Amino acid sequence: MGLLSGGAAEAGQGQAIPAGLLGPPRSRRLQPQGSAPRSWIPTMVLKVFFPSCCSSADSGLLIGRWIPEQNSAVILAVVHFPFIPFQVKQYLSEVQKVSQVDIVVLGTWCNNKQEKEENLGKFLDDLGTIFSHEPWLQISKEKGSKFWSCHTLSRQADTPTEDQVILVYYDQRKVMLSRLHPPEISLDNQPGVITAPDASKLAAVFDTVAKSEVLFMTDRYDDGPIKLTHWQSEGVEASIIVELAKQASVPVCMLLTGLLSLVSGLCKSRIFKFWPVSFIWSKLSTCEQVRYRLEHLRFVFSNQKAENQNQLMRKANIFVSLLVDVALGILLLSWLYRKNRIGQLADALIPVADHVARELQDLLQWLMGVPAGLKMNRALDQVLGRFFLYHIHLWISYIHLLSPFIEMILWYVGLSACLGLTVVLSILSDIFALLTFHIYCFYVYGARLYCLKIYGLSSLWRLFRGKKWNVLRQRVDSCSYDLDQLFIGTLLFTILLFLLPTTALYYLVFTLLRLLVVIVQGLIHLLVDLIDSLPLYSIGLRFCRSYRLAAGVKFRVLEQEEGRPLRLLMQINPLSYGSVVQTYRLPTYSCYPKDTWGSLCKKLFFGELIYPWKQKGDKQD
Amino acid sequence: MEVERIFSDIYGGRLALQRRQYSPFCREFCLGCPRLSLRSLTAATCTVWLVAYGLFTLCQNSMVLSAAIFITLLGLLGYLHFVKIDQETLLIIGSLGIQMTSSYASGKESTTFIEMGKVKDVVINEAIYMQKVIYYLCILLKDPVEPQGVSQVVPVFQSAKPRLDCLIEVYRSCQEILALQKVTSGSP
Repeated sequence: MGLLSGGAAEAGQGQAIPAGLLGPPRSRRLQPQGSAPRSWIPTMVLKVFFPSCCSSADSGLLIGRWIPEQNSAVILAVVHFPFIPFQVKQYLSEVQKVSQVDIVVLGTWCNNKQEKEENLGKFLDDLGTIFSHEPWLQISKEKGSKFWSCHTLSRQADTPTEDQVILVYYDQRKVMLSRLHPPEISLDNQPGVITAPDASKLAAVFDTVAKSEVLFMTDRYDDGPIKLTHWQSEGVEASIIVELAKQASVPVCMLLTGLLSLVSGLCKSRIFKFWPVSFIWSKLSTCEQVRYRLEHLRFVFSNQKAENQNQLMRKANIFVSLLVDVALGILLLSWLYRKNRIGQLADALIPVADHVARELQDLLQWLMGVPAGLKMNRALDQVLGRFFLYHIHLWISYIHLLSPFIEMILWYVGLSACLGLTVVLSILSDIFALLTFHIYCFYVYGARLYCLKIYGLSSLWRLFRGKKWNVLRQRVDSCSYDLDQLFIGTLLFTILLFLLPTTALYYLVFTLLRLLVVIVQGLIHLLVDLIDSLPLYSIGLRFCRSYRLAAGVKFRVLEQEEGRPLRLLMQINPLSYGSVVQTYRLPTYSCYPKDTWGSLCKKLFFGELIYPWKQKGDKQD
Repeated sequence: MEVERIFSDIYGGRLALQRRQYSPFCREFCLGCPRLSLRSLTAATCTVWLVAYGLFTLCQNSMVLSAAIFITLLGLLGYLHFVKIDQETLLIIGSLGIQMTSSYASGKESTTFIEMGKVKDVVINEAIYMQKVIYYLCILLKDPVEPQGVSQVVPVFQSAKPRLDCLIEVYRSCQEILALQKVTSGSP
């Protein structure tokens, strides 16, 4: 204990280091000559991860973690003289308890700023006996030379084996803040202990540094018995804004959670369970989008803290996405309400609806005539044509009835843009669907008619051949019909067959129109999906602080000298933008095509109604 | 210490292999690819501009010419930054891992590091490439599930495509280091 007084530090300054500690390589380490490795006896390679912030630190003890499976030492900090070994051990055990990382004294660090000192060598050897660790590292740096020496002392070996040492410098701050992708599964279960034999070595290093956060909390202005040097020893990093935000976030979250539960309670109330309202609710995509955003808001402002990094990133992504959405919506709002653009839009809407109706009337007149040179059945043609024309006439009358109220409706609906750009796009899609409702009706009429005709034809064709569909056995059976059954059946078959082209043409035209409307709606939904699912916070993080998202590491070989340990610089290799988007994508209620192309064509041929976009959570038809 | 030798790639172009040994278990191989030739650049630019001029005489719209200039510039920048690889480096550090770096003509570097624990072996494979059969050096990765299986094959020097003599030299050096590493990891 007497070693450790202020005098020891001064004694260290003015004395020369014994020549045996530094200097030219000793004879027991065989140096490779040229490229003839056969004369070199291979030994175990020792890897020492040294933080670059400690390169200029004063002499002292090295503390860190020793990973025996990989023969590597991760150095976390340097403890300076003067110190009391008992206090050092006590401090280390406290840190071990809190951080779950096995931090021990690994060796000594000698930074000779003045001329060579002699007694320091013996002093450092004595320290080796107090803090016993296998193997004991001795790293030293001379003044004016950038090449370091690193020796290991092993007390247990009978024959002196010399280890080859690799010195890997790492940026402690970046390694501590960074997150390795893909994360090792074993690390999540047992923090600080690597159980799998082939677990990633680098993940172990990252994990060690990240978990030793408590060690980096003391800086050199603290009045403690231990003086450390690490990346935060010049002063702990903190930001006033972050601290204020943390303090303010608790009451804000509570308030918002209360408000949101009120809103969702309203939404779930009994009014919306009645048939017309619930039906309309389920068909409008705006409601779906609003519900989705409400879920997001609830998740972000919930009172629970994020449990792990994944949840934190998700919260941040959702928050930034919401902010950007609302900002874009408000921008659109300000543009829309300037210069009476709403009025202009409302004025343009009725003529557009009129124009569409007129085009449809022209189309029907064309179909009632001689479309594309085909000869139609005159009577059926006239019936169908007149029926659809009357339908259009009704539709136009309703639109004209609504026309004085359109501007006011649009004005109030436009206000909802402050909820976000995605809500505006959903409303746009819904308005488009409402305006083209008559096309949807025509499609349904045409499809039903065609479907009936096809089924009738197939059943009568079976009768024509003397067969019948057995509903019980789900197969075609032969059947003997009476003469009058056959006669009427054949008659009906002929009628239906010759009326087929007319119905098929109407069906074709209206299906194409319907598909056009569906494609436009699909495009709008795709855009909404894109805005919903893009992880903007992660992309921003990758752009500004690329070391936070690490795909791996890269090494650079620094200047070498014969006989000295190999020096490498470890830098963080950031994740590519594509992987960032893929890893942190937000899940959406995305629409994806329900049918394959084959089944779609089959449905179209048989006249079954198609609902091409299926949303998650829809019941199966 | 550094040694440089000249080899050729599969098309007959000139490749320079620089071999550096930092330590008995740390070696670096640097393969320099042929540079962008002025002839091909001029040919591409002339083609694009001839086509643009032809379109201009057809439709008399000067936007076509500006668009052609933009396309040429952007295309050249994109090619230099994303496609043209100047140099490929293989750094092998015994008991740490293998690192492959590609440096593009615009200065961008893309690095991949594979840890030694995941490396099963380094081999020379044959492949059918267009109408040729070529040799390429690749790193076999261990399969975590099956100890004898190979989970992935990572080819090295993909854009330089050196011939067999160059590959044999790199292969021998890599095998020396891998053998050393196996010996040291076997002993206590």
